[in-house]
Amino acid sequence: MPVARSSALSRTAANWIGVFPFLAFAAIFLLLPALNIVVGAFRGPDGGFTLDTLAKLLEPRLATSFWLSIRVSLFSAALGAVLGFLIAAAVIQGGLPGWVRAPLVTFSGVAANFAGVPLAFAFIATLGRLGLITVLLRDWFGINLYATGFNLISFWGLIFVYLYFQMSLMILIITPAIEGLKREWREAAESLGASGLQYWRMVALPVLLPSLLGTFALLFANSFGAIATAQALTGSSQSLITVQLFAQIRGDVLQDPNLGYAIAFGMIVITAAANAIYIVLRTRAEKWQQ
Amino acid sequence: MTDSSLPAGPSPTPSVAKAAQTMARPRRTVGWALSWVVFILGMIYFALPLIGMIEFSLRKRRDAYSFDAYTSVIGDPQFQATFSYSVVMSVVTIFLGMALVLPAALWVRIRLPGMRPVIEFITLLPLVIPVIVIAFGYLRMFNTSSLLPMTGSITGTNILLAFGYATLALPYMYRAIDNGLRTLDVQALTEAAQILGAGWFTIIFRIMLPNVFTALLSGAFLTFSIVLGEYVFAALLDRPAFGPYMIWAGSNQAYEPAALAVIAFTITWGCMGLIQLAGRLFPHTRAKR
Repeated sequence: MPVARSSALSRTAANWIGVFPFLAFAAIFLLLPALNIVVGAFRGPDGGFTLDTLAKLLEPRLATSFWLSIRVSLFSAALGAVLGFLIAAAVIQGGLPGWVRAPLVTFSGVAANFAGVPLAFAFIATLGRLGLITVLLRDWFGINLYATGFNLISFWGLIFVYLYFQMSLMILIITPAIEGLKREWREAAESLGASGLQYWRMVALPVLLPSLLGTFALLFANSFGAIATAQALTGSSQSLITVQLFAQIRGDVLQDPNLGYAIAFGMIVITAAANAIYIVLRTRAEKWQQ
Repeated sequence: MTDSSLPAGPSPTPSVAKAAQTMARPRRTVGWALSWVVFILGMIYFALPLIGMIEFSLRKRRDAYSFDAYTSVIGDPQFQATFSYSVVMSVVTIFLGMALVLPAALWVRIRLPGMRPVIEFITLLPLVIPVIVIAFGYLRMFNTSSLLPMTGSITGTNILLAFGYATLALPYMYRAIDNGLRTLDVQALTEAAQILGAGWFTIIFRIMLPNVFTALLSGAFLTFSIVLGEYVFAALLDRPAFGPYMIWAGSNQAYEPAALAVIAFTITWGCMGLIQLAGRLFPHTRAKR
């Protein structure tokens, strides 16, 4: 019956009309561009299928950049996770006055978004060659910071700056998890004679472990895709893989258009792996936060 | 009996419990002191760059603190042009993001609960795929020799940039709106409205929109603060936005970048403050039961 069919049709249409613009938008401006890159990574200059382009990622110049990005992300994520966790744990469980908590979380929300170019400027203004701390150390204590081997525009300098948003993000995400630790667990542990250290080592940390590792993976991806801070801080002296790709897109410096695809594909694989770990561990962590 | 999850715990004889209690006091003092040390060190780390950037931004005049760097920045026509460009782009992005996300989030709750994981997965993708890769994909897909040559004209590129920003905002916008909808009984509200004869337009604009207003505002301010300083998309699409201007200032000026950083930080703070304020001024108008 045509009437029934048209009403069924219009019902299907009504069911989908709300999500259709969203799905169409996501397909054209998110999925297809990414797919385009993935396909391009497996194509040679003649358009045929090849693995040669991907193999070029192993060339020293690109492999070094990937490795540098991975190391910066690993260190900044690990330090950010540990230090952010310590701060959050200190504030929530360390007997600090309760009013500290809300401002800390709000501030972390701001600081996690205070990334990119302005963050680099703030650190240059503080620890650069003419920065506040550098000048104060020289004028008050006669210490020449840059003679001690310290350099903001370096591997560790970059990590030190990244910690600003990494630690904030960690505090923001891990606070609810620490608050989810039940008071009974601590009391139970204490009544069984556990010391504070034992409580953390045998009860709290195992419960928090999926959250901690998951957030670590998120921080890794967060830092791996970053470019603006590094660009503003170090110019191109630290050739992170993002900086390489940026230069490649801008000026085709590698003289091989397909190489850009390969770099981008490599980046997707790494961040996707990190995020997959995050999602899996997070689902596991939510079990304890009911 | 000791719990199996505490394999190394001693058995809870009264004497041990008593000992633990007497030991509790000094242990807490040590933990408490350590907590303060960690907290204070953390605050120093977070505060110093802010103090440094404020101090540096006031140093432009040789012998005294002044606001010269700020007057120089604000008087710069380049700053005015790029800043207002980015503000306009943020506003466009906010409305675009809402127009895409609000109906989708609603439909997932009312009619297509099965699609929920798909939609959630898509909104997470911008966090998975690095921004620079999405921008690169745009340049390849929408260049002048493609089916949809958006980068061929300035208007086309502006639209493409707004679309790019909207993808960046997806995770934040979706989560904000979804949190807003969670506090409502969407199904009951929709059915009630339909019984009273309301169409979908009325349901979205006169029922859902006012109810998730706070959530929309917080999504909007978050989007604003992200888009305003965004660098990669604007630089690769070659549009005169605030992010690329800041990079340019960083390599060409001395004290102005610090002033720019202060301005950017103030705006981020302002946006976060407004999110909190919105939550307080327009508390959830939950249906009475």
